[in-house]
Amino acid sequence: MKKRKILEFAGEWALKLSVGISLAFLFLFLFMIFSKGAGRLSISFLTQMPKNGMTEGGIFPAIIGTLSLTLLSMLIAFPLGVLSGIFLSEYGKPAWLVSIIKTSINTLSGTPSIVFGLFGLSVFVIGFNMGVSILSGSLTLAVLILPIIINATVESIKSVPFDFREAAFSLGATKRQVITRVILPAAAPGILTGSIISVGRAAGETAPILFTAATFYTRRLPKSVMDEVMAMPYHIYALMTEGTAPESQVPIAYGTAVVLLLLVLIINGTAILIRYRMRKRRNW
Amino acid sequence: MKELIKVRDLNLHFKELHVLKSINMEIYDKTVTSVIGPSGCGKSTYLRCFNRMNDLKDAAIDGEIILDEENIYSRATDVTSLRMKVGMVFQKPNPFPKSIFENTAFGLKIQGKMKGSEIEGRVEQSLRDVWLWDEVKDRLKDSAMSLSGGQQQRLCMARALATNPEIILLDEPTSALDPRSTNKIEELCVELKKEVTILIVTHNIAQAARISDYTAFLYLGELVEYGETKLMFTVPKDKKTEEYISGKFG
Ligand SMILES: Nc1ncnc2c1ncn2[C@@H]1O[C@H](COP(=O)(O)OP(=O)(O)O)[C@@H](O)[C@H]1O
Ligand SMILES: [Mg+2]
Repeated sequence: MKKRKILEFAGEWALKLSVGISLAFLFLFLFMIFSKGAGRLSISFLTQMPKNGMTEGGIFPAIIGTLSLTLLSMLIAFPLGVLSGIFLSEYGKPAWLVSIIKTSINTLSGTPSIVFGLFGLSVFVIGFNMGVSILSGSLTLAVLILPIIINATVESIKSVPFDFREAAFSLGATKRQVITRVILPAAAPGILTGSIISVGRAAGETAPILFTAATFYTRRLPKSVMDEVMAMPYHIYALMTEGTAPESQVPIAYGTAVVLLLLVLIINGTAILIRYRMRKRRNW
Repeated sequence: MKELIKVRDLNLHFKELHVLKSINMEIYDKTVTSVIGPSGCGKSTYLRCFNRMNDLKDAAIDGEIILDEENIYSRATDVTSLRMKVGMVFQKPNPFPKSIFENTAFGLKIQGKMKGSEIEGRVEQSLRDVWLWDEVKDRLKDSAMSLSGGQQQRLCMARALATNPEIILLDEPTSALDPRSTNKIEELCVELKKEVTILIVTHNIAQAARISDYTAFLYLGELVEYGETKLMFTVPKDKKTEEYISGKFG
């Protein structure tokens, strides 16, 4: 009797302690980044070019770079991923082939991102002769987030009740109509949420763009997708590893980290909001 | 009585399982025909033969079902137009997570033949046909999921009726409903047979007796007895039928 009580007590406290430690790490993380970087934040930090060998000025080109890489990679990966997901769930046959494809996709999504960087270098930069450019970087990021979007699509479609399918078929809908009018609208919240979270992933990755898109320093904005760009994650990396004036460059790196963090928070917050609002509307 | 459908030597297998065994039967125009039998005897499977919903389930079917002089299992049959002619309502109400209006208009919209104003007219008519119009006319844009179970089931009937089918198949449409909603659906069946032919599966023997003109008793995939409901419930020909309708098994 006594032993059981002690076990109960110890168990509960072990759980509480674990949550406490996890939260402490989270707050410490946010506190460190913000306390070191938030001081740099200002309108001019967001809108100005770097100056004096990146010891002063803003990070405008890095923001533009990250936004264009993220946007373009999404434009490539979203349609491809959603269509592939639909194919795998609705048309894929035979079943064993589909399961091999799904396993490969899952393996791919567990691959370290630096490997995607090397892949992008050899295939897009060199193979297709696209050079170090927004296009090469976006394609590489697209390959990286494709599995996330495909999985989100497959899982969301799977969660649509069979009843809806049956009802639509019984009304004389063709397979295409069942998919476009019933399954996709019902699966949309899940697909969107998964895809937006993958945008956050793309925005924050350094390794895939290291050899394919990013440049250390440029004072001009990209004119086309064939230009190389600065990007926030790489900017942080570059300032911290190759900077020549750490006392003025390290704060800029932390400032950039805060901006990047806020960007990812906004993106994920949007995803959560969409999911919440659409969940409230659906009730099956 | 005019024969609308003829079932000829219908057999159905799921892999090795022989589910429907050489069924022959005629279904008469503008009547209510019920299919009764213990659970697992193949009632739902049989019902789904009439709009080829078993096609979704990899069933092997031979024999014929002749509707309007044509075998619906012939190669020439267009399954989607067959399903517009033969509507279906399921055991569990299954409206789409869309508005009441969009649910009712679904069949018409996928046909793509009608203009918006015509569709609105048909939607109203179908909702009136199932006595739902007065309850929902002010909230057509609301989600169908906000309706009660009984209302949802009538909405599903309206959805099936909107394309003007010749036949409506109902698979235990009241088994998930309360007694009042059940009554409504039963009365509705009797009313609707002026316009359409109704084929209803039910595990409720009293329900079959109340609303159907003809009754088919299915047992282990065989059509044991088929005939006028009145006759069958007073003087069943088969011993098994008698046992089943008197509640000895089921
Ligand atoms: N998709 C399927 N695959 C294999 N067997 C099935 C399938 N659907 C139904 N069955 C089998 O067919 C038989 C008849 O089922 P069903 O028509 O649902 O019976 P009822 O509606 O009379 O309860 C049952 O033995 C059931 O297990
Ligand atoms: Mg059944």
